[in-house]
Amino acid sequence: MSGLDAAWASLPEYLGWHVLLSLSAILLGVAISLPLAILSARIRVLRGAALGLASIVQTIPGLALLALFYPILLGLSAFTQTTFGFGFRALGFLPALAALTLYSMLPVLRNTITGLTGIDPAVMTAARAVGMTGSQQLLLVELPLAAPVILAGIRTAAVWVIGTATLSTPVGQTSLGNYIFTGLQTENWILVLFGCVAAALLALVVDRLLAFAEDGLVLRSRARLIGSAAGLALVIGVSIFPLLAAAREHPIVIGTKSFEEQYILGALIGDRLEKAGFTTQHRDGLGSQVIFDALAAGDVDVYVDYSGTVWSDDMKRTDLPSRAIVLTQMADWLKTKHGITYVGPLGFENAYAFAMRADKAAALHINSLADLSAYARRMKIGGDFEIFSRPEWRSVENAYGLRFGVQRVYQPDFLYRALMSGEVDVISAFSSDGRIAQYKLKLLSDPKGALPPYDAVLLVSPAHAHDGKLLAALKPLIGSIDLATMQRANLSVDRDTDKLSPEQAARVLEANVAIRARQRHFAP
Amino acid sequence: MIELVHLTKEYHASGRAAVAGLDLQIATGEFLVLVGPSGCGKTTTLTMINRLTEPSAGEIRIDGENITASDPVALRRRIGFVFQDVGLFPHLTAAENIGITLRLMGVPKREIEARIDELLDRMRMPRAQFGARFPRALSGGQRQRIGLARALAARPSVMLMDEPFGALDPLTRDELAPEYRALHDALGLTTVLVTHDMTEAFLLADRIAVMRAGHLVQSGTPHEIVSKPVDEFVRALIENPRKRAHDLARVMGAA
Repeated sequence: MSGLDAAWASLPEYLGWHVLLSLSAILLGVAISLPLAILSARIRVLRGAALGLASIVQTIPGLALLALFYPILLGLSAFTQTTFGFGFRALGFLPALAALTLYSMLPVLRNTITGLTGIDPAVMTAARAVGMTGSQQLLLVELPLAAPVILAGIRTAAVWVIGTATLSTPVGQTSLGNYIFTGLQTENWILVLFGCVAAALLALVVDRLLAFAEDGLVLRSRARLIGSAAGLALVIGVSIFPLLAAAREHPIVIGTKSFEEQYILGALIGDRLEKAGFTTQHRDGLGSQVIFDALAAGDVDVYVDYSGTVWSDDMKRTDLPSRAIVLTQMADWLKTKHGITYVGPLGFENAYAFAMRADKAAALHINSLADLSAYARRMKIGGDFEIFSRPEWRSVENAYGLRFGVQRVYQPDFLYRALMSGEVDVISAFSSDGRIAQYKLKLLSDPKGALPPYDAVLLVSPAHAHDGKLLAALKPLIGSIDLATMQRANLSVDRDTDKLSPEQAARVLEANVAIRARQRHFAP
Repeated sequence: MIELVHLTKEYHASGRAAVAGLDLQIATGEFLVLVGPSGCGKTTTLTMINRLTEPSAGEIRIDGENITASDPVALRRRIGFVFQDVGLFPHLTAAENIGITLRLMGVPKREIEARIDELLDRMRMPRAQFGARFPRALSGGQRQRIGLARALAARPSVMLMDEPFGALDPLTRDELAPEYRALHDALGLTTVLVTHDMTEAFLLADRIAVMRAGHLVQSGTPHEIVSKPVDEFVRALIENPRKRAHDLARVMGAA
């Protein structure tokens, strides 16, 4: 099980970030919640407001909360950039930290307030009567008596945060969630399980250690407290150490979006750069807009995008000139607007396309999107998370007057199954997807040219625009992967049997690149 | 000498005066017992003396100093306070509970330890046996002894006691009450004790002050109160222990 080997190999990095992120969020959460709870225990109005807000935060799905912090921080960064002349990274650690900190607050707030308000009034009368000042009452009586309850709250928060931290992968923060998200995309359930088990084990160990400290407080056992602290220090030290060692190296950050092709290309780029002597780091499974902003901001150094995505999403262009013009204008725009270097096209296109089962298309004599318009009202269409909100879809709808009876959204891997099982009649697809050939699907042609070209293009961040060594290591990739090769590579990861990991598929692809490079070298 | 001058406490919520214009003097070294039915304002009066309750109007002077204008924290450290619920700190040992006020005052550790030894001896609870115990490992009577020791630790000249023996079993009460009275005499304390137990009041007090509905009804030595009750209310109050003694004698005699 070589996929498992790769999983073990990334464990130090993923675990290290996971622990560092969770620890920071819990510490920050406690630093905010504790004073807030102390005030709230005294001021009734504040208590309602603080607990109410924390409860509302708790009802926001973790993934959405994390995602929300990205645009918020991006705006904030733009503001500080224009006002104070410095910006900060809106992707990765900060949004994850902010969201998890908020997530950690409710149990700490609630338990601290409960602990403080639950103290025997006679004890508080005595505290005043023996001549304690307000702060002495707090430090010598209230906090020590509430400590076990407060610690129980911190324990709950720690378990929540460690679990939720797996969701920080899509905002660009490496965590144990990388296993889960990569596994989900490539249908590698062992990888998903590996991530779940790793996160659960970490949560369990921390929970037990904190429970031990709680016993220590209740029983006033110094040995237990010291034992617990030592255990926590060990867990934190061992997990974070590899990060500290790696931090000195200034790695090249390779970004990927959340589908197989991207993981394969990310691994391919990573292998090449490692061979060229770079240390690399992966930010996997980023959202389409997130990854572009990250490249412009320098949070990601290199990734593969698609010309049509840049054209319509980032340049907000609605016109559709020829492929060559799209590429040159895109390159210009990237350089002048963002300082991003367009290295070149990889050689294949991964365009939005629409596909039907071949038998059904033949029966209805449907060959193109235009043929579809007569049937659309009685048909169901399935799409990935993005397509129906994208300008390409509006362009197709308008160009062909398509109005489908039912629109459904699927996780990309389930899309093909939905089509094959007849749940939907038409699906959105990507032209480089290996499953189009595997399932012998009919790709509908686009006679009116409503869909822009989607050449896979290699982009490099502004900071590395003049990094000759980096660009030289990437150059051989240009024009080296044709559509059939990419489809095969994608299928090798996607298929249900003899599945390869993205890393393995990347090695197969690399062999291809090498052959092409030799061919080019010896060509007259 | 403690002087309560037209002392008043009104609660905003009810608009009712718990204590209404009370005038009372307690001589240095005196053992004054405040009695009266529940809600008569006796506990409120007591807790205004160390400002656990802030007076609405009037003045409290201790040895001539108006304490309603001074720092309440410093005031409380020089007044001992003992109450029915004891309120020992559950996370501190018996010895640590006794030493708390001295610790707050920044007294050197060695002196605190010596004082704890001395007080535990006085309470007949040897340190070796009881010093390291937590309150939950003590009996009710032992807890109140530690509470008493804690109140005495900073060598106060004034002791305020709110039904200090009210929650104790009768045997412990009969042991501890006279013990405290002896301490009061030996240390030259000024004690104000609140109780609704008339027998206890008669047995302990130099002087009894009877309160009703926030007012002082009568004050005098136990003998004066018994011989010249000012009204039917006071008469009924003193009749109670006498009637109980009478009833008891009859039951015992019949046995």
